[in-house]
Amino acid sequence: MKTVTLTLTKPPELMLEGQNITPDNFAGKKAAEIAALDVWEGKQKGPLGNYFTVEGDGGATAAETKIVLCGDCTRVKRVGQQMTAGEIVIEGDADMYIGGWMKGGKVHVKGNVDSFCGIGMEGGELIIDGEAYHHLGSSPRGEWRGMQGGVIRVAGNVGNDTATFINGGTIIIGGDADIHVSTHGEGGTVVIKGNAKGRVGGQMVKGDIYVFGEIENPLPGFQKVGEVEQEVDGVKGRFAHYIGDLGERHPVSKGKPVYANIYTRI
Amino acid sequence: MPKKVENVGCPYCGVCCDDLVVTVSDDGKKILEVENACAIGNEIFHHATRGKRIQLPRLRQPDGTYKDISYDEAIDYAAKVLYNAKKPLIYGFGSTNCEGMAAAAKVAERAGAVLDNCASICHGSSFLAIFDNGYPSCTLGETKNRADVIVYWGANPAHAHPRHMSRYSIFPRGFFTGKGHKSRKIIVIDPRHTDTAQVADIYLQVKQGHDYDLFNAFRTALRGHEIPAEVAGIKREQILEVAEIMKKARFGTIFYGMGLCHSDGRNHNVDIAISMTRDLNDFTKWTIMAMRGHYNITGPGAVWSWQFGYPYCLDLTKKDIAYMNPGETSSIDLAMRDEVDAFINIGTDAGAHFPIEAVKHLRKHPWITIDPNICMASEISDLHIPVGIVGVEVPGIVYRMDNVPIQYRKVIDPPEGVLSDEEVFERIFKRLGELEAEEAAKGPAKAVPQGIRAEE
Repeated sequence: MKTVTLTLTKPPELMLEGQNITPDNFAGKKAAEIAALDVWEGKQKGPLGNYFTVEGDGGATAAETKIVLCGDCTRVKRVGQQMTAGEIVIEGDADMYIGGWMKGGKVHVKGNVDSFCGIGMEGGELIIDGEAYHHLGSSPRGEWRGMQGGVIRVAGNVGNDTATFINGGTIIIGGDADIHVSTHGEGGTVVIKGNAKGRVGGQMVKGDIYVFGEIENPLPGFQKVGEVEQEVDGVKGRFAHYIGDLGERHPVSKGKPVYANIYTRI
Repeated sequence: MPKKVENVGCPYCGVCCDDLVVTVSDDGKKILEVENACAIGNEIFHHATRGKRIQLPRLRQPDGTYKDISYDEAIDYAAKVLYNAKKPLIYGFGSTNCEGMAAAAKVAERAGAVLDNCASICHGSSFLAIFDNGYPSCTLGETKNRADVIVYWGANPAHAHPRHMSRYSIFPRGFFTGKGHKSRKIIVIDPRHTDTAQVADIYLQVKQGHDYDLFNAFRTALRGHEIPAEVAGIKREQILEVAEIMKKARFGTIFYGMGLCHSDGRNHNVDIAISMTRDLNDFTKWTIMAMRGHYNITGPGAVWSWQFGYPYCLDLTKKDIAYMNPGETSSIDLAMRDEVDAFINIGTDAGAHFPIEAVKHLRKHPWITIDPNICMASEISDLHIPVGIVGVEVPGIVYRMDNVPIQYRKVIDPPEGVLSDEEVFERIFKRLGELEAEEAAKGPAKAVPQGIRAEE
């Protein structure tokens, strides 16, 4: 695997849109060619080399390309958007849409990220060592088929609207979650190792949510049906099992309605 | 002899009353009387001719004062600001006509700007819910003629839409609602006991920020499942009673306002209200409608959706690709994240409506206000361009809150020499074209704006 190191030397005045910073776009390109790729600051299109120094060449394919971003990338968004393979490491904070619509490969952010990270994700792995803001692994506006697959792992807390319209894949949150988790969910799994503030599983049709801590304001549409012993992300525990959202439509399989599940640790 | 103009549309709220009678003086220069309008609508007409109006654009000087300049100079300044900015923001449009909105959209596309309207801090979250979940709505006429159960949820029309209740929802006698008020059941759901709640048959004092939970309880009850003894501060018996009334209605309409759009959850509150409306249609006919604020704030949604495919928060910086994602491309977020470097405030007062932090961020860059009146935004601007008042001095198309277009007329002429919003934007568009041509002839170097910015 070949490594391309980008170091942000001239921070943008506004926000920098780096949708071209993906292994797919860097593959098969020399350092000079990578420096000539477009990035956007508002309506101004400029070469990547205006903002970053580029060291190293891309691999032959996306899968053989690793990108390391150094410097303060707090104002750089859309890194790793729509990537299909390879690896990206961000050595600090980053802005919005990190790993948005990604299909494969791995993104590792060592700091915090802003909103809309991992939205519309179809595959791959997004790891955030710090905190994530709103709309993590959510669906783009108006899209009723949200996250389809892949894994998002956040060590810290997340904002609201996590996993809206989730359809598949897994989101694991180390800290607490704000309101609205898996709203309109039709599949997938969300694990919250801390507490959830409320509106967990609202309008949810199918899918699973695990909360290790407490749900501050549980929704009236969920009913307790029993207790189960389960292993979740390497942790064994006893969980109270709720089904719902009883106010929402539910498909029928083999003569029985299929509900979404919330498990809270006892 | 003074002239009476009948069937005049009112340029105040989203109800768009079109039954006003305005009396104009002999010389057509003074508005003498306005009949049928509410207190606020009345004031808008009288305000136009009562005092001295700003008749020339004003440019901020280095000493902080304003100096009158010509429209040509103002348009040149505005075009250069838009041309030189990396990401200008054009925001407002609550109080202008659709013709002005279409012209502004042309300017935004040519300048590579972000185009946003007041929905961004108002019913924008309704749009997001509508994208996700549809909009089982109707016209206000249908509500007037058919509805026997009315729900106001998080809305206070007694203050914000003064004639809404008397024209469409509670009091009028319609085709199938001949008994008027007597045949209707009014349900008001609000954390505050508002003046609208005073006329309600049933008032539910929902716990602030827990509307979503209450909707969830209604939906669960409507599907015949058990609900807890109390949800969001409302007892189970009351929830079941209201659910039963809603199920037995012949025709119902839910009117909702900022209580849903701007409490925690925003679009999700509206989203679940839409889901509940759909559920209720398993039993009878139910509809839902957003209580849109300004008389033509529904307009930009209609005009820009037709032009670009999105109703608000349009990022046109890539010029040939329109993009929208509120949270990123919405005015407040752009301002708070320091993501724009020029601001045009048109037909609204961002100075009064935006959070002070957002105003401070925007004020770091050129700020242009296009508005007939002196407002907070005009007083902190670098350039203030006065225009005629739509609905009083300028005619045009406006969209009522139920998406019904109405042709507004003018009752008097604007002050001498004052342009309309549409004319101002058409001229900025033309000037932008000239600047592009000049630059293309000159080469890659960029022009510097000629206007002088005030010291903070």
